[in-house]
Amino acid sequence: MSALQWLLALIVVAFERLTRRRSRQGENGGGKQGGGSDGGESGRIVPAGTPQRSAENFVLAFLAVATMFAAGFIAVYTVFGAHLMPNELLGICMGGALLCIGGALTVVAKRLVVTEEIEDDYPEPHPKEQEEVLQIVHESGSRITRKRLLLGAGGVTGTALGLAALTTVASLGPIWDTGPLDYTPWRRGRRLVDEAGHPLLAADISHETFYTAFPEGADPEQIGSPLVVVRLDPWLLRLPPGRANWAPDGIVAYSKICTHAGCAVALYRKPLEPLLEPSPALVCPCHYSTFDPYNGAKVIFGPAGRPLPQLPLMIDAAGGLRAAGNYSGRVGPAWWNVRESPT
Amino acid sequence: MSLLGGHGRNGGRSDPLRDPIRFIDERTSAAPLARKGLRYIFPDHWSFLLGEVALYAFIVLVVTGIYLALFYDDSTAKVVYHGSYAPLDGQTMSAAYRSVVNISLSYQAGLLMRQTHHWAADVFVASIVVHLMRVFFTGAFRRPRELTWLVGLGLLTIALLEGYLGYSLVDDLLSGMGLAIGYGVGLSIPIIGGPAMLAIFGAPFPGNSLFFSRMYIMHVLLLPMAIATMIGIHLALIAARHHTQFKEGKRTTERRIVGAPMFPAQVPRSVGLMFFTAGILFLLGGLVQINPIWQWGPFEPWIGTNGAQPDWYLGWLIGALRLMPSFDVVVGHFTLIPNPFWGGVAFPGVVFTLLGAWPWLERRFTGDARVHNIADRPRDAPNRTAFGVALLSWVFMIFLFGAADRILVLWSLGYNTQLNMFRVAIWVVPAALFFIVRRWCRSLRAADKVEEDREQAEKEAAAHAAKVHATVERARRLSDPQLK
Repeated sequence: MSALQWLLALIVVAFERLTRRRSRQGENGGGKQGGGSDGGESGRIVPAGTPQRSAENFVLAFLAVATMFAAGFIAVYTVFGAHLMPNELLGICMGGALLCIGGALTVVAKRLVVTEEIEDDYPEPHPKEQEEVLQIVHESGSRITRKRLLLGAGGVTGTALGLAALTTVASLGPIWDTGPLDYTPWRRGRRLVDEAGHPLLAADISHETFYTAFPEGADPEQIGSPLVVVRLDPWLLRLPPGRANWAPDGIVAYSKICTHAGCAVALYRKPLEPLLEPSPALVCPCHYSTFDPYNGAKVIFGPAGRPLPQLPLMIDAAGGLRAAGNYSGRVGPAWWNVRESPT
Repeated sequence: MSLLGGHGRNGGRSDPLRDPIRFIDERTSAAPLARKGLRYIFPDHWSFLLGEVALYAFIVLVVTGIYLALFYDDSTAKVVYHGSYAPLDGQTMSAAYRSVVNISLSYQAGLLMRQTHHWAADVFVASIVVHLMRVFFTGAFRRPRELTWLVGLGLLTIALLEGYLGYSLVDDLLSGMGLAIGYGVGLSIPIIGGPAMLAIFGAPFPGNSLFFSRMYIMHVLLLPMAIATMIGIHLALIAARHHTQFKEGKRTTERRIVGAPMFPAQVPRSVGLMFFTAGILFLLGGLVQINPIWQWGPFEPWIGTNGAQPDWYLGWLIGALRLMPSFDVVVGHFTLIPNPFWGGVAFPGVVFTLLGAWPWLERRFTGDARVHNIADRPRDAPNRTAFGVALLSWVFMIFLFGAADRILVLWSLGYNTQLNMFRVAIWVVPAALFFIVRRWCRSLRAADKVEEDREQAEKEAAAHAAKVHATVERARRLSDPQLK
């Protein structure tokens, strides 16, 4: 702490000498006074004020502390390695330095600079110049006889050029062909695999949880790929007509991408006490669209407008799960003309 | 050195500033402009500093953002992480996410810069919104400042988009979920949704390898340049027409502006505010953790997490998406308008359109097309204030519902209960507030009127008493035989 006081004293003394010399210069050379337009009787523009040495000391103190904070930042950065870097200390040093400079400037603003209140007229409109602008425009076109035709032609050309420039946007993506939006890699016979690529066996699917499955050999990141697979009680299934064979042994598979806004349907509500708690449900954590897996993933809560598309399953000779066809509807978030069956 | 010590003008030839000033003026002819600019008038009111906070938060964003850009990798190529953060060791992730984890945990000062950047973004949007509220409730958007108002609204729009892109670039689980929702909302726009999303993402979600570099150039170049340009226009428009001012005393009128000059009064005040803003943002960046991206892990389209919340300024859109009842607008087997359109596009569209059209709507309602340089107090325009509060409460309650899953965790208030409550409350509360606030404003005004009348009456009474006194005195003098 005494080091800080010494530093402060040194700075104060040095600054005093400096200001004394400056003020002497000012007295020597301050004879002439130029004309200031908003000045008072003395010809000054900025009115005179009384010196405030205590305020200057405050400014100096703030600057000294800011300097120390800055030095502290360098010290912390140098002393600690990247893995042990105390982010808090760095923040305190940098923030402290900046706040102290802010403090110094506030003292300058409140106590050191001359406080004055000046006034002026708000700007008025310029009717004369407005008229002249209009006049210039009109007079400049005096040789043109078919003004409307020319302006119209210019407009058409401009639009054409704009459209020409806009067509290049089409290169950004397959915008004329929205087919990729409907694409899914599922085909009859395609094996269901887990995240590591191991085939999913029907015997592995237990009751209390849900599984994420992917088409074997396809890009798992495509919206059409990921499935949520759950085992249900077959006698409780109420699948829509025509899907009688889609859930062998009560195992159902739905697209894992929410039909509302495209998040993953990552929550499975599986009641431990089915009589007391709400029915099993697949839930999207983004906006809580909730789907009934027993009933073809019908929307039972939340904003989604249509059910999760179901993938028909079959069990092969080795007990592995395979797709028995493609989804029952388009996958992913809804868009214009989305309800047709997938390609 | 009159600035520092008040020791009188330094008119000597040895003044070290004289030559630089002459040099610059000869080459730029800027002295008259500087002379005028130094004495440009700032009316003094604390609320006029809110916009400045936004400006200074933007400067912090640029500075910290440049630092982050030196370390960020915009590639989504799959890499395996082997870094200092053990829980992620050996995990497959995008190069983009790895670079942000490294910024946070492997580079000295990287975490400070990243957290300060994130805090600055939140404060940037917050100060714009509070500034917008100040301008709205004081009627500062009225003629001749409608353009300033529109440019400001444009700035807010771009700031929202810029913030969204910023946290999407991280490519952690939360940003991926945010992008999925953005994609879903984009797709929901009738007719153009599909093609537009294919153009932006380059392929169906999660997009092709170019998508992240497109986001990156938007986030670090195009949008910041747009923001900087619009800030320039915003400030130039303010400078051209000056600030509004509150009615204080006789000298402030619609035609005369009163305040402190740019120099010396305003400069240290404003620059001081810049350092305060930056200082607080760095303190926050150092002391208050924000978005610990290493905890969320990398994003894959098949992963989601419960309890995910966006940055605060997108909460209103999440709330709107969650509040919508379940339906798509369908004709036969033909979807016209998918559900996310209402919450994600129509809702913000309505809010911004109302705000943008408000100067003209108000002119139509009140028939007042005059130039206004004196700012209203909120009570001076009961209808406007009531409308503003109603709109604000509407947006705020939808925002609040965006955090309904958090409210559920905090106060065990059922999600269903909240949903039903909010679906009613978002209409009833703004309507009720409209009438309550309007009434309150009117009664405040009436109270002001009573006070004014009383002062006026007192003044008149005093004048009358003085007159009576003088008459009595004169009469006494006339009747006093000694004075005759």
